Amino acid sequence: MTDARSVEAGSLLSVRGLTKYFGSFAACNGIDLSIAPGEIHALLGENGAGKSTLVKMLFGVLQPNAGDIVWGGSSVSIGSPGEARALGIGMVFQHFSLFEALTVAENIALSLDPRIPLAKIAEEAASLSKAYGLPLDPNSHVADLSVGERQRIEIVRALLQNPKLIILDEPTSVLTPQEADRLFETLFKLKAEGRSVLYISHRLEEVQRICDRATVLRHGKVTGACDPKQETPASLARMMVGADVAAVHREEAPQLGDVLIEAKGLSVAARTPFAVALKNVSLTVRSGEVLAIAGVAGNGQGELFDALSGEYPVADDASVSIRGQAVGRTGINGRRLLGAGFVPEERHGHAAVSDMSLSDNLLLSRSRSDRKSFLSGGLLSVIRHDAIRETARRICGEMDVRKSGDDPNAASLSGGNLQKFIIGRELDRKPSVLIVNQPTWGVDAGAASRIRQALIDLARAGSAVIVISQDLDEIFEVATNIAVISEGKLSPSYPAGELSLERIGLLMGGIHDSTRHDQSAQAEAALAH
Amino acid sequence: MLEAILLTIITASTPLVIAAAGELVTERAGVLNLGVEGMMIMGAVCAFGAAHVTGYPVVGLVAGILGGALFSLLFGFLTLTLVANQVATGLALTLLGLGLSGQIGESFVGIPGVKLQPIVFPLLSDIPFVGPLLFRQDLTFYLSIALIIGVHWFLFKSRTGLKIRAIGDSHGSAHALGINVIRTRYLAVMFGGACAGLAGAQLSLVYTPQWVENMSAGRGWIALALVVFASWRPARVLAGGYIFGAVGILQLHAQAFGIGVPSQFLSMLPYAVTIVVLIIISHNRRTTLINTPACLGKPFVPDR
Repeated sequence: MTDARSVEAGSLLSVRGLTKYFGSFAACNGIDLSIAPGEIHALLGENGAGKSTLVKMLFGVLQPNAGDIVWGGSSVSIGSPGEARALGIGMVFQHFSLFEALTVAENIALSLDPRIPLAKIAEEAASLSKAYGLPLDPNSHVADLSVGERQRIEIVRALLQNPKLIILDEPTSVLTPQEADRLFETLFKLKAEGRSVLYISHRLEEVQRICDRATVLRHGKVTGACDPKQETPASLARMMVGADVAAVHREEAPQLGDVLIEAKGLSVAARTPFAVALKNVSLTVRSGEVLAIAGVAGNGQGELFDALSGEYPVADDASVSIRGQAVGRTGINGRRLLGAGFVPEERHGHAAVSDMSLSDNLLLSRSRSDRKSFLSGGLLSVIRHDAIRETARRICGEMDVRKSGDDPNAASLSGGNLQKFIIGRELDRKPSVLIVNQPTWGVDAGAASRIRQALIDLARAGSAVIVISQDLDEIFEVATNIAVISEGKLSPSYPAGELSLERIGLLMGGIHDSTRHDQSAQAEAALAH
Repeated sequence: MLEAILLTIITASTPLVIAAAGELVTERAGVLNLGVEGMMIMGAVCAFGAAHVTGYPVVGLVAGILGGALFSLLFGFLTLTLVANQVATGLALTLLGLGLSGQIGESFVGIPGVKLQPIVFPLLSDIPFVGPLLFRQDLTFYLSIALIIGVHWFLFKSRTGLKIRAIGDSHGSAHALGINVIRTRYLAVMFGGACAGLAGAQLSLVYTPQWVENMSAGRGWIALALVVFASWRPARVLAGGYIFGAVGILQLHAQAFGIGVPSQFLSMLPYAVTIVVLIIISHNRRTTLINTPACLGKPFVPDR
């Protein structure tokens, strides 16, 4: 911030020396930040860098231990989100603060003046959402909506309060490229209206594209302030991580071997009214191959993962096979015994039990497949804590998991570090088949690159890897082949080099071109079936 | 004969409906107060005492409401301020209420009570059959009907009701929106306590106008089951309350007629039906998601 004074003089919001302690740990330590009217300001940083803590203090959810917040020229203390809103600060949370049991209009009404009748709110929400290109039905229940639609509610809710500053926490992670473009248009519209945006993202390209200035945090401190358009993604990443982020390396022509996992005509009825039915899904993944499955959230990714992993076995035994063996009716442990490993989407409560230690979490997932090394005493199944802790330590070392203490609870790790542990837990077994759903969702750049490299290395060592992801950058980084899932139907898989971003966008929208002018894609499709 | 049976069913169902309506609001705010039985019996003893001392049964009603609400405040303090376990605290509240009311009411035993007289609507009450059933009832009956309509309107039409449902669905999100979770829950708990107290007052002023130790006789538990049976919808509380009340009364008549249904079976029926309803509603995930307060029984500590 070379001209900090002159910027601060006319700034909408400026923050000086803002500090927040949790116990003795300084989550934010002397943060300086200023946001000018009508600018899109990026807040960059790894997970655990203090971004969330900072914005929570700005929105009144947390109270700072020290420092000043100056809003429109006068010092303020923001005691609650209500006070923040009264000042003109709106917030779109990363973890949605929506009520599933309520309708869209009711959700929005909760953050507005109670004197405005619900019917009027519903009407305004519908028209505003249409005006900003984020269509919403105000009378539908949130429980029935997809992740992307839920985010629209958050954005519309913030906009309806007519804020001067709107804070967006990782807004594009659930959107298609086209939807993200529309969001950016919305942001530019807000900027043109003289509003400011504080934009938190890990996607450096995005920050470069739309943000006027950036403040970079690391370990609770500001490590840089810059104009992102003058920087390269690599230089921004360096400011975030404090070291160069390793670019992901991939061999150009991987050696493809035997088919290790295959699905043939896999159809699964929807289990709940909110689920998506899988329709005649076929895929083949060979040794050495990384098949990336792209798609917008809520198009059957979770259901496909459940069917392939055996979390919900399917009736037709032959529809899924691992290493040539039909496993459709086999459960998750049986599939693990065949050498498969699985990483589901949600870290907390699905991939890991938050309130249990890392070693306990390790045992929970591998008690069957690693019975010999983790349990002793035959039928008594006495837990061999030493061996398990040793393995947990090895995994943490291998994947560079940063943690407090020797064997902390899963909940105490930041998202990126826990994800590294969960992926490392599977990699440690050297699985011949690995299926991961959203491997780097909400994970910082350093951890994401580490995880992606690990997936590629696993395939190179002769395993078959399936990566289900909504992040197209990630998909192009790791994939040898790409398929797109849309409304429970999976497209044929295409070699990664032969698919353009536009083409994937169309496939994501469910538009499968029938002309098939692309000869090699056709050949690949024929091979896949 | 039929009219007499229906009259007793109405009198037996009214306290169930009142207590369940209050507990429904408490649970919609995400608080599971298992102390309904204790609050009800405290309401009963306070109501009896106040009516006995003043001679006015309406004063007794007010005393019952206040007694229940104050007693629920103890539950609120323990679970909301001190974040004690709600299930354990609720059970303790019931045991404490049963014991304490016995102590307070020791000198009331055997004293004839003051009965709350019916309100007779002129003309309307002369309609054959319907008149005596609907237009010659005491105040608590009319209150119970008004309560169901009021709670329905409050929860689903008013903004404060929306806040209560939001808190019950996700207290973390509600806090993030700036809703005062703890204060709202205190009020919801006290509303539940007031209703349980009113239900108790109905027992000692209308149903059997006297004081008998443990006179709530498990009605608090039936009210709790009723809330689940109704899947947290007020109108279903009314319907369910009358079904449960009717089962209890028919049990007495069946015995009188010498019909060979074991009384234990009939006493069990409300709970058995509740289990069946739970199985049915849990089968439909959407209904569960939309009606069951997701945060029910979970402690809330705001991160500051």
